Parts: sequence; C-alpha cells; structure tokens
Amino acid sequence: MTDLNSLTLADARDKLRAGDVTSTELTEACLSAVDASGALNAFVHHTPDIAMDQAKAADARIAAGDAPAMCGLPIGIKDLFCTKGVPSQAASRILEGFKPEYESTVSQNLFDAGAVMLGKLNMDEFAMGSSNETSVYGNVVNPWRRTGDDAPLTPGGSSGGSASAVAADLCLAATGTDTGGSIRQPAAFAGITGIKPTYGRCSRWGIVAFASSLDQAGPMTKTVRDSAIMLEAMCGYDPKDSTSAELAVPNFEAMLTGDIKGKKIGIPKEYRMDGMPAEIEKLWADGADMLRAAGAEIVDISLPHTKYALPAYYVIAPAEASSNLARYDGVRYGHRATLDAGDGITEMYEKTRAEGFGPEVQRRVMVGTYVLSAGFYDAYYNRARRVRTLIKKDFEDVFAAGVDAILTPATPSAAFGLGEMADADPVKMYLNDVFTVTVNLAGLPGVTVPAGLDTQGLPLGLQLIGRPWEEGDLLNTAYALENAAGFVAKPAKWW
Amino acid sequence: MSIDKDTAARVAKLARIKVEEDALPALAQEFNNILGFIEQLNEVNVEGVEPMTSVTPMRLKRRVDEVSDGNQQDKVLANAPDAREGFFAVPKVVE
Amino acid sequence: MLDLTYETPKPKVIAGAKHDWELVIGMEVHAQVSSNSKLFSGASTKFGAEPNSNVAFVDAAMPGMLPVINEYCVEQAVRTGLGLKAEINLKSAFDRKNYFYPDLPQGYQISQLYEPIVGEGEILVEMGPGVARLVRVERIHMEQDAGKSIHDMDPNMSFVDLNRTGVCLMEIVSRPDIRGPEEAAAYVTKLRQILRYLGTCDGNMQNGNLRADVNVSICRPGQYEKYQETQDFSHLGTRCEIKNMNSMRFIQAAIEVEARRQIAIVEAGGSVDQETRLYDPDKNETRSMRSKEEAHDYRYFPDPDLMPLEIEQAWVDDIAASLPELPDAKKARFMTDFGLSEYDANVLTAETSSAAYFEAVAEGRDGKLAANWVINELFGRLKKEDHDITQSPVSPAQLGGIIDLIASDAISGKIAKDLFEIVYTEGGDPAQIVEERGMKQVTDTGAIEAALDEIIAANPAQVEKAKENPKLAGWFVGQVMKATGGKANPKAVNQLVAQKLNN
Repeated sequence: MTDLNSLTLADARDKLRAGDVTSTELTEACLSAVDASGALNAFVHHTPDIAMDQAKAADARIAAGDAPAMCGLPIGIKDLFCTKGVPSQAASRILEGFKPEYESTVSQNLFDAGAVMLGKLNMDEFAMGSSNETSVYGNVVNPWRRTGDDAPLTPGGSSGGSASAVAADLCLAATGTDTGGSIRQPAAFAGITGIKPTYGRCSRWGIVAFASSLDQAGPMTKTVRDSAIMLEAMCGYDPKDSTSAELAVPNFEAMLTGDIKGKKIGIPKEYRMDGMPAEIEKLWADGADMLRAAGAEIVDISLPHTKYALPAYYVIAPAEASSNLARYDGVRYGHRATLDAGDGITEMYEKTRAEGFGPEVQRRVMVGTYVLSAGFYDAYYNRARRVRTLIKKDFEDVFAAGVDAILTPATPSAAFGLGEMADADPVKMYLNDVFTVTVNLAGLPGVTVPAGLDTQGLPLGLQLIGRPWEEGDLLNTAYALENAAGFVAKPAKWW
Repeated sequence: MSIDKDTAARVAKLARIKVEEDALPALAQEFNNILGFIEQLNEVNVEGVEPMTSVTPMRLKRRVDEVSDGNQQDKVLANAPDAREGFFAVPKVVE
Repeated sequence: MLDLTYETPKPKVIAGAKHDWELVIGMEVHAQVSSNSKLFSGASTKFGAEPNSNVAFVDAAMPGMLPVINEYCVEQAVRTGLGLKAEINLKSAFDRKNYFYPDLPQGYQISQLYEPIVGEGEILVEMGPGVARLVRVERIHMEQDAGKSIHDMDPNMSFVDLNRTGVCLMEIVSRPDIRGPEEAAAYVTKLRQILRYLGTCDGNMQNGNLRADVNVSICRPGQYEKYQETQDFSHLGTRCEIKNMNSMRFIQAAIEVEARRQIAIVEAGGSVDQETRLYDPDKNETRSMRSKEEAHDYRYFPDPDLMPLEIEQAWVDDIAASLPELPDAKKARFMTDFGLSEYDANVLTAETSSAAYFEAVAEGRDGKLAANWVINELFGRLKKEDHDITQSPVSPAQLGGIIDLIASDAISGKIAKDLFEIVYTEGGDPAQIVEERGMKQVTDTGAIEAALDEIIAANPAQVEKAKENPKLAGWFVGQVMKATGGKANPKAVNQLVAQKLNN
C-alpha cells in the first residue's frame, strides 16, 4: 500500500469517506514525514497538537456523515497566512515571536471545510524572492535533484516551502500565495500543480500583505483535481476584504470533464524569448500538440506589451510593499532592536527595520520608497500603472477575439542550484517571473501543470492563463493537459 | 537617472532603514541597476492611457455604522515588545 | 427669502517697526464625523475609553488587516459638502499618506489627496451686522485620525493609545481668503455652527473633535489684491502652518503672534521658512515642529486595498432633500418673518436648539417681544448658571404664557420679570401663578384714583411744584405704583396723574 502521506487530496478524501482510513492515521503519517524532513527545511513551525485535534474532530464528522470538502485532509500553511495562536512570521525576523490573535479568512475557510493543519511552511521573506533563499529560517531545499548530482536545488519561491512539502509528500497539499509567480514558479520547479485564481477570488484578509493589488492566495497540490477541490474550499466572498469579489463559487471539481473540444488556445509569440532553452521551447510545443490532440484549436496570438510586464511589476510591487511594510516598526508586535543610550524613536525605527528585514526586503522597500518619492511618482509609479492598463488590455483583446486560454511555459528554466544566483544582479533573479508576472498584473487566473522532465531529470511546467473568474474552465483545460502529459515522476527520497 | 550615495542615504532615511555609511555606494549601485531595468518603461507610449486603479473593477463595499469590533485591549497589546498600563511604550518622541 | 447684502470687512493691519502689514490666512479644519464606529473598522469612536480598548486589529495595523469603509461616514461627508454649497464628486478615491509616527500604526494615513469627495464650496462669515466675508472652501476630504501619543507619563518613554486611530475626519480646506485673527475665529465658529446644524460633527473642540491647522502669511497692503487678480501666490509671503488648535481663543492668539514673528523676521531682512509650527499657549509663542519636518515626502499613492469610491447622484439627491434649514437661511427667515434685527437673528440661530426654542415661543406671538424675552431674560438667566438652552427649566410654552400675560395687559413688564423668576426657579403655569399670587395688574381706575387722591391730599407742596414743572409728575406715578404694590397698570396711572395735576 502507498504511504498515506503520498495520497492526493481526492484519493484520501474518498478513502476517508469509504472508511478505509481515518484522518488520524493520515495525519500521523504526514506528521512522521514532516518530522523526517528536516533536510528540506520546508516546515518551520510544527503544529502536531492542532493537527491531531483537528484530525479527531474530522474523524467524528466523517463518522457522523457530515464531512465537508476537505474533511480530515492534512495540509501545510504558508507562513504568510496569519494563523491564530501559531507563529506567523512571513519568514521574517521582524515578525519574530508574533502570534496572531486572529485567523486568516483563507485558512479559516479551509478549517471550516475540515482541513487539518500540520504546520507553517517556509517561504521567501515577505514573499519576496524566487528561490526561497531570503527566508529568516534558511533556504528550502527542493526534493528533486539533478540526475547523478547531489547539489541542493531551489524549490523556487516565494512559496518554496509549500512546493517542496507537497512534492516530498510531507502533506497532501499546501496553501501558497502569488504576487508575481510565487505559486506557479515553485510548483513548476517541484513538479506539482498550482493555481493563482483571479484577483479577488480569495480573500486577502489575514494574509501578510506584500503588494496589495497583486497578491492572491491559491492551492499547491499534487494534481489538477486537488487544486479544484482545494481552491473551492479556500475562496469565496469576504466582506472584510474590499477587493474580494461578491461572486458565487462554482463547483470546480465538477467542471473537470477533460473535454476541451472546440476550445481556442492562444500561443503568445512574445513569450518566445531570446535564449530560451530548447527544452522549454519543445515542452511548450508539445503542450500545444497535446491540447490540439485533445480537440482544442491552437491559434497564434500577440500580447504586445509582455516585455514591459516585469519592469512595471518591479515598480508597482515594491511601491506597494514599501507602504505595506511600514507597519513593521517595532511598536506593536514583532522584533524591536535593542537601543543604545540616547536613542530616540527614529533610531528605534531604523535599527529595528535594519535588523528585522533581510537584504532583499530592504532593497525592495527602498526601491519602492524611491519610486514614490517626490518628483518621481509620475515618471515611475503612474507610468507603470499605465503600462499595467495596456498589459491588461492585451489580454482583453485576445479574449474578446474568442481565445479561451493561453498556453505558455511556466518558467524560463528548470530549478537551479541554491546559491547559484547569489552573486548575480537582483534583476537576473527577477527574470524568473517573466512568464508569470503578466497574469498578476492583469488579475487573471493562471495555473501551472508539470508536463515533463528535462535532460537532467528535473520537472518542467507549462502555464495556462484563463479568462477572469473562469477558473473552472481553466482547470478543465489544465486537467486535459495533465491527462495528456501523464506526468507521474516523483523525486527519489534522499532526505 | 543615476542615484548617488546621498540619494541612497535619503531613501534609506525615508524608509527608516539604517544603512551604514560604507554600505551606501553598493546600495546606490543596486538601485541604479534596478532603475535601469525599470527605465524600459519609457519606451512605451502611454499617452491617453489611464493608470490602472483596480485590476478587477467592482463597486467599493460599504459597512453599516455599527460598533462590531474592539474591546480587546489584551489582544491588541498581546504581541507588543513593550506595553505598560494599557499603552504601547516607545522611546520618547520629541515634538 | 431675504437676500442680505454684506459689506466686506477690512483686513487686519499690523504695524511693524517699518511698515504696515496685512495677514493672509487659510484654514484646514479637521472635523470628526459623528459616527458610532471608525472609518475603516468596527471599533467604537467613543471618547474617554480605557487606552487601546476601542481598537480593532485593523486600527492596530496587525499584519494582513484590511480596511472596509463605513458608509455613514461617506454620507456625512456628502451632507457636509451639500451644506457648504459645494460640488459633490461622484467618484473619489483614497490615497495613502506615508510617514512614520508611533501613533500612526499603518505607517500611512488613508486620506484623499488626488480625488476628494467634495470640491469647491463657500462659507459666509459674518463679522457684525451688515459685514461678512465669503470664504471659499477648496475641498473636503475624508481621512483617518491618528492615535494619541502621551509624552508626560514617563521621563524616557512616550505612551501610545490607539483609541482615536482610524476615526473618520473630514478635512475642510479653505482658500487663503481669511484676513485676520478675528475672521479666522469667526470662520471656525460659522463652520462649526453649520456642522452642528447638519449633525455631521458635534463640534466639541475640547475633546478635539474639531481642530484647526492655520496657514499664516504676511504681505504688504495691496499685495493680496494682486494675488486675487492673478491667483499667483508669489504675491504673498511664505506661509507657516500652525498645527492642531482646538480653541477659538488660541487660534486668534496664535495667528497674532505668528504674524508678528514673521513681520519681525522680514523687517530684519530675513526670510520666513515654510514649516509646520506648534502654538504654546503658556508662553504665547509658536515654535517649529522638528519631528514633522524631517519626513515631509509623504509618497502619496492610491490605496490598493480600496477601490475608487463611486456614489450615485440619486443618493446625493436624497441626502440633499433631507438637509435641515441652515443658519443663513434660518437667519434670513427670522429677520423677514419675525422682523428681527440681524443681531438678534444671529444670536437666536447660533444653535438649532435656541432657534427651535425661539420659534416655539414666537409661534402666534409678537416676534420681537419673543426675541427680547428669549435673548435678554432667558439667555441671561441661563448664562448666570452656565446652562445652555437645552437645560432651560422654562419651557417655550411657559415663556410664551408670560409673554401672553404681558400682551393682554394682565401684568406689567416689571411684574413679568418677577413672574419669570418664579417660573424659572419654581416652575408652574404663569397664568395660574399670577392668579394665585395676586400679581395681576390693577386696571380698575377707581382703585387707582383713590390711591392717587390720597397721595395728592397728603403732598400739597409736591402738587404745586408738579403743576409748574410737569416733569415731576413721575413722582406721583411712582408713589401710586408703590402704594399698589407695583400692580397698577402704569398706563392708567400715567393718564390719571396727568388728568389730576392739570385740573
């Protein structure tokens, strides 16, 4: 029998309901796996007591025939989500010791749906990073390794702990958040599925804010079906978030028919970047062929402003972050620097924030401060917002022309080595988001699906981008792609 | 646009992040690299284009005027590095 | 409605050592919206609670907390705009004003810089009968109040209370149309009056629910007129902003000393720095606020947590239809309908409660008489005990009853004052009191004549003198009044005295 912790959400759910397994057993299996996963550094706060309590409660509900969608399913929660009474630090020293007195809407929704929390997952500090190397908890290690090479690889970021944990079967699924690709890029690096829903689908209440106009939570799972199940449980209208959409949540799983006959899939020519590895190019072409074979019509499309998405993002996201992170000042929670005699309030702020924020966060906060400062607001921030309007319009035009979804590579490369980019210009690291960031700027849903292995044995993913609020249709297309790609590889256990 | 050491120091001050004097030139250089990258935006013709205000436009939600929150001094202060007599305590502020 | 025309008041002139100087003043008044809960959170706005008890996690800027707007606050801002005859912007938006301060938990204040909810309006500021200045309002926007830092509880620490954090303020910004300290105080008084009429702000300055930032600059006579023609600020001096004043007296004093400070600088050949200053009432001086100066790059940008605020014209129309009669209209009506002087109309319309009281008294009675009684007797009496009209022990019906007794000649004006005092201190129906205590005026000429005859008989020398000098007739009137315990109808007494002495 397969290890219980390697089950998908759907399989585990069915077994729980059939009485083949209990949530307590599932949870214990996962907790053991978590305990033995120190080398991955994915789980950073373990909550076995909460998990066992929730598992027992779930078993009781199942026994009573009252099992909601996620009942008894053990998951991990990204450290960016505030979880009541449990450390929630956004992987930052500045939130050292912070235990929220409240539960984020998304994690509460999951608990209401019966989910079991195993603990908090590592990530890039404040979700700023693409390699999970900016965390106060240290790097997360990808369970995947290159064939015949023990060098530790990045799981991507910022939801690197989530990706690593799901890929290594430490949990059945995990929450992620995505501001510029932070669900989709690590999902691709770890050979799992992740969806960033339409902006406004998941409540942002209780999730530590990075860039408010871009942040969205989403599931990171082993299959497309699992993403459908978990997304449905996570999302929904929240009156506490003014940007949350007052829309009914469809039954996403029921929309997974695998039938995409007659769907029009766009291939954007601007995503064919100079120097793109041949393997990525081939994977992309193969993906198009698979969808065509499944009955979709493949059309070439143009998204002319694609090139400007990344620079626009690196104005908008740091600008918003510089303001969102101003609240970390050492006054009400988290870290406060030890002060020297004679230090006043300004010294307290400056020392606290210098000690509390890591270099990447400091860099982005300062860039954001600069682009908003007097005299530069129009030149940088307003210009970037105008470009954002154009980027969104590119997509609107394509959808208006009848395109149902857009197929692109998920990342420009497979997972790279930890430390490999240490000396690189920050801008080089930012290029990881080149295929994913447009989706955040346009507020669209985007899903990545593992579609193959590269020559070094590392997973590669493809991304599908859908129309706003059409996550169900998008997931169905992803499901067809998943079926056709037949990706079943798992990392060999070395940890 | 080139950022010098003084500008870097001013930005750090504005962001309330202490940066040691000897770290300023490297910081200025990093800013310049990032801003150089951002400067690509100048290639785009944005004439007549409205800056985006909300990516998924909808009517701003409103609350009714009721007291539905508060009365939780203990919870508000629970995480404070220094709380005294119901207040947050900070180094003396000179006005 | 009476269309009053006003003369424009003369600007205040301060003589410097070398020249005469004029003042140019613009005001930013922060008025706390009278709402139950805060602008973006459900915490109470109640004053005087335990520290940090009226605080939601949103107000404390806990990680991941998000603002949701209080619709009532929006309505009150619109109502205020309509009350100031201002444009209402159907689309407005919220911006973040970024700066670090311990009582600003988010590290930014949510405000409306780029697109305020209310545009241009005006306030008529009366400076005395027939004299008033029309001050233009530039804009009104909504914003969050900050918390409170207490600096005197500990020698080394400041203490922060967030109860006030996030309470909705309306910032009402005037154009630099105010020309002196008295005008500035009158402007705030009038604005406060309108807000109280509208019910959008209680105007309690002591609790800080209404506070003013005052921008003061000086210029040589003639320069302001050049500014008016061109709207070019370079004709005016550099302004300083005096922050956070919550008393009319301080506002006047601060403007005066600040203007003198600027005059001294300029006359000594120096130049005024544009800066934020604080008024110290103990020393009667203004001083620079260093802490606010350091970070004046506020890096405003649209708050991404909030969509633009779009309101519907029909909603605005409904609010407009529900506006009460405002001070200017009420005053004009009182002058037209009741024949009141501008002064009396001003006094009676200062508060809606006094206006309503007056109207109840004046209903079906002589308006001027009613106004006299309300202003001179009632207000005077209330003032002695530091009471306001809402605490009056005399109801409009009672005061009306007293006036009716005067009008019907049942009592004299003098007796009426005694009666008023009885009603004030003991209560009761005035007519009944007059009846029971025999205060009714004696109009029976027989009784008066008898009393007069007796006095004439007893004072023959006085009679002779009075016949020569009719002015001395008053002595006889006084004697008759005395003899009748003041109840004799003075008109009747006068007539009889005149008759008898002329015989």
